[in-house]
Parts: sequence; C-alpha cells; structure tokens
Amino acid sequence: MKKKFKDLLHHKYRSRTISFALIIGAYVIIEILMHSIRLSRLFTGMLVPCCCYIILALSLNLVVGFSGELSLGHAGFMAIGAFTAIIVSGLSTKMIPDTTIRLVLSILSGSVLSGIMGLLISVPVLKLSGDYLAIVTLAFGQIIKSLITNIYLGFDSDGIQFSFVTNELNLEQGKMLLSGPMGATDTAKISNFSSGILLIVLTLYIIYSLIDSKYGRAIMAARDDRIAAESIGINILRSKTLAFVVSAILAGAAGALYALNYSTLQPAKFDFNTSILALVYVVFGGLGNINGTILATTVLYILPELLRSLQDYRMLIYAIVLIIVMQLGSSVRLKRYIEQIKNRFTKKGVTQ
Amino acid sequence: MTFLTYLISGLALGSVYAIIALGYTMVYGIAKMLNFAHGDIIMAGGYAAFYAYTRFGLPAGISILLSILTCTVLGVIIERLAYKPLRQASSLSVLITAIGVSYFLQNSAQLLFGSDTKIFPSILTEGSLRFFDGKLIVSYLTLITILTCIVIMIGLTLFINKTKIGKAMRACAEDKEAAQLMGINIDTTISITFAIGSGLAAIAAILLCSTYPSLSPSLGSMPGIKAFTAAVFGGIGSIPGALLGGILLGIIENLTKAYISTQLSDAIVFAVLIIVLLIKPTGLLGKKENVKV
Repeated sequence: MKKKFKDLLHHKYRSRTISFALIIGAYVIIEILMHSIRLSRLFTGMLVPCCCYIILALSLNLVVGFSGELSLGHAGFMAIGAFTAIIVSGLSTKMIPDTTIRLVLSILSGSVLSGIMGLLISVPVLKLSGDYLAIVTLAFGQIIKSLITNIYLGFDSDGIQFSFVTNELNLEQGKMLLSGPMGATDTAKISNFSSGILLIVLTLYIIYSLIDSKYGRAIMAARDDRIAAESIGINILRSKTLAFVVSAILAGAAGALYALNYSTLQPAKFDFNTSILALVYVVFGGLGNINGTILATTVLYILPELLRSLQDYRMLIYAIVLIIVMQLGSSVRLKRYIEQIKNRFTKKGVTQ
Repeated sequence: MTFLTYLISGLALGSVYAIIALGYTMVYGIAKMLNFAHGDIIMAGGYAAFYAYTRFGLPAGISILLSILTCTVLGVIIERLAYKPLRQASSLSVLITAIGVSYFLQNSAQLLFGSDTKIFPSILTEGSLRFFDGKLIVSYLTLITILTCIVIMIGLTLFINKTKIGKAMRACAEDKEAAQLMGINIDTTISITFAIGSGLAAIAAILLCSTYPSLSPSLGSMPGIKAFTAAVFGGIGSIPGALLGGILLGIIENLTKAYISTQLSDAIVFAVLIIVLLIKPTGLLGKKENVKV
C-alpha cells in the first residue's frame, strides 16, 4: 500500500495524480460549499459549462498539443455532440424516464456520432499540413454549423419528421426538437455538476491512457519529427487520425453535456469564436500540458464572469490580459530571469 | 441576363474580398503569421469614414483619405506593440495575440461608438448604368469596386516588382535572415507591409460599407474570415492568388445565393475551398515547398 502511494508521486505518474486530485478536490469542496452555504445562482450556473469547456480544451489539446496540428473547428464537433444529444434525449423521454440513463445514452450517442464525423473529416484534413490544415478545420466547423442551422426536426404520434433548409413540418400535438436557426427550444435539463466531473475524470483517464500507450508515443513522435518518426516505421497518418478521432469523440461528449444543461440552444453558439476560445484555453494552459489546460480553462472561463461588475470593460480587459500574457510568455528577458531564479534554487540544493 | 447580373455583383463582392485578402496574404508572406485582427481593421476603417463624413461633415474624398490614414497608423501601431515582441515566439502565441487584438478592437469600438448598427451614408456614388434596354443594370458602385480592385492589383504588382521596398519585401518573404545580411531592415519592411495591408483594408471597408450600408463593431469578422479563406484558396502568400481566390469566392458565393440557397451559401463556399485544397494542397497559385532532411 505504501509503495503504491509512492508510485503515485513518481515523476511518471505525478501529472496524472495531480489532475485527478485537482478535479476530485474541487468537486468535494464545491459540493460541501453547495450544501453548507447557499452559493449564488451565478456561480452554480457556471459549473456545468465550465466542466464542458475543460473537456473541450482537453480534447483540443490532444490535437494541438500532442499531435501538433492546429484545429480551428472544434466547436463543430461540440455542435454535433450537442444536437445529437438533444435529439436522442428528446426522442427517448417517454421510453427512458430515468434521467441518468438518458443522460448517459445521449452523451454516448453524441460522442459516437461526433467521432464518426471526426473520422470522415480526418481523411481530407490530415492530407494537408500546417496552416492549410487549420483552414480546412475552420471550414468544416463553419459547414457543420451552417448545416445544423438548416435542420428542422420534430416528432409526434406518427413518428419523426425531418426537413432541410425550409420548415415543412406539420406536427399534430408533437414536439419540435430542432427548429433551424432557433436551434433547440425546449430541452429537458438533465446535466448536472456530478455528471460533468465524472465526464472530466473519464476524459482524463482516456487521454492519459492514450498518451502513455505506444500509440500515444507514436503520436508525439510524429509531432516532434515527422521524417524521423516515419523512418522508424511509425504510420504518421494513422497516429494523427487516432488523435483526431479521440479528440472529436471527447469534444462531442463535451457538447452533449453542454446542450443538456440548457433548455434552449442555438447552433450559432458553436461558431468560430467558440473554437478560438478553446484554443485560447489550450495555449494558455500550455501545449501538451493537461493540468495547465484544466487550470487555464477554469480561470479564463470564470474571469469574464468575475469582471461582470465592470460591465462593458470586461471583454476589453480580457483582450488585454490575452495580449499581455502572450507577450510575457515569449519575453526573452523574463525567461532569462526565471532561469536565473531556478538556477539559484537548484545550486543551493546541490551544495547542501 | 439575370445570370449576368449575379455574375457582375459577384465580381464586385469578390473584388472586395480580394482587396482584404491582399492584406492577409502580404502579412502572411512576410511575417508568416495569420493576422486575425485584419477583419477588425476593416471595421475601424468603416467607423473612421463614417465619423469623418457624417459627424464632422468632411468631403467624401478627405473622409476616405482619413479612413485610409487611420487604418494605416492603426496597423503599424498594432504591429509594433503587439506582434513585434513576438518575432521569435511560436506561431500559436502570435495567433492568440492576434485574436486578443481582434477582441480588443471590437470591444473598443463597442465602447467608443456603441453596439448599435449605424447606417453608412452613400459616400461614393449613386445611380447606375443600363445595358440592353434596361435588362442589365449595373450600379456605378459595382463598377467603382471592380475598377478599384484592378487599379490596386496593378499598382501593388508594380510596387512589389519595380521598387526597392518591394524588392526588400520579396527578399524578406524568401529568407528573413539572408535578407538581413544583405542590409535590409526587416522591422521597417514588416511595418510597411502592415501599413499597406491596413490601408487596403480601409479601402475595402468603404467599398463594403457602401454596398451593405450597415456599420457595427462586428462588421469585419465575417468578411475577414471569408477573405482569409480566399487568400488560402488562391495560395496564401501569393498576390495574384489573393486576387483569383477573392474573385472566385465572391462569384461562387453570389451564384449559390441566387441559384441554390441563401442559407447554405456559407457551407457551399467552404466546401468548395476544401475540395480545391484536396486537389491542390497549397491553393490555386501557391508554391509547394519541399521539406529537406
């Protein structure tokens, strides 16, 4: 038992231990606070979306950080997961009265469909490289959003009705699930904070298992040096596809969880800005840094809300923070300074 | 005849995209960065012209010049303050900074000018030409847009190929370090590139706002993304590519809106982009660079 505990702090597993401790610790503290003092609705309302963005950022980090390809369309996968979940949950309301099972089923179907789309999209996307790859993911994100904006889907006693571009549905006492640009208008809110935390834990487990496996090492090798990796027999395309599809699955799950937390949701929510937002979280947290991503997402998600009292100035401050952090992060002088401090500490450690 | 009408208005829209795309492509070619704040420079140009013309009552020509000047200065300031310290940084840091600048410009505009949509005055011309007994109507604005694009293209090509600064720009695009060794001041060259790109954005802003006369802080984002797509479409870094990409994109967009579906036009435009990139992975006129071990 003692040895096992020591293993958890071994440098190989340290990041993993910290991640799980961070998430579970945050969960326990927030749950205790929720039951002891009344937290404001503003705060509790932010919990599930924050979980969703953490999952989205983690999934994007798999592509941008570990696989080294820039994706500007991850909101598209989130949208697929979201609206699949809304449809599945809406259709199965009568069949499955239990909300937990319905939530699991919805998230599962959302992520599976998103994964399938990810696989289909990865074929053309991964043929390209660099900025061209990024622009094609942007294009796919826009296409997905635009297609969902044109879907009209509802059901009544006769079954499911579907139309594209124009609303030709005539439902008799039925229910509209998707109404074009209006999106979903009457979804049962079945997501909760616990399910969000559980999904983050699952996401972390999947990502850590992947990057620690031989497939994960192949993904990182392909990122670090494509030609060297190829020459030792790594299938670059397969590695990158794997990272892309797993990422799409996780982003779909994040979208599903997100959608079932709101009674109304418009497809326009998943536009280019959402993709960019996730990218900002990833870059702030550090490429390939899982704990950094979790922290950066939490801080950057809460920051605009904390600045709410400043009203109009909050997004301006957010923009300035973005610019300044990027400047500091790549400032040569600052790096040298940090290096000096580090050296001082390590030298002391050696002499003592 | 209706087809011709759509084609001509598509050509005009494409000309605007091409002018914006030039800004993207020049900055990409020389600074190797995706300047996502370029779309918001367009917005700044729109507001500058609007305030000069309606609030201060300046003549149209001076308003336009003032708008170009504002954008040029803004572009250079942004480059100096935000992008220059990041020359050695990773391209992702630069990208995020550009996004930060974009948010900054949009929110500043919202604070300064309010978030309501303003009606842009017809600053250029009104009226139109009639051909074939009035079957084909082409507004002067459309003609001016297309002509402006042609003039800019010719001027820019001459500038890049014939002047000393243009040569310096080409050298920087080719190899920055070698250019520096040849005595080219890289910082100045990059600043000039930003100045030209931003000045062009102001011209695009006036043409765009005259065609679709509504002005809001988020005015630049969609044309920005479209023009960026156009630049990639034609091969990013290539000036003729930006022209070709912009015009094709404008025509495709207008024809899909007319004959297929207005709601699906964005999806179709982006689908065409994907198909083109699959057939020619570096865009229509892009150069392929081989990676050497």
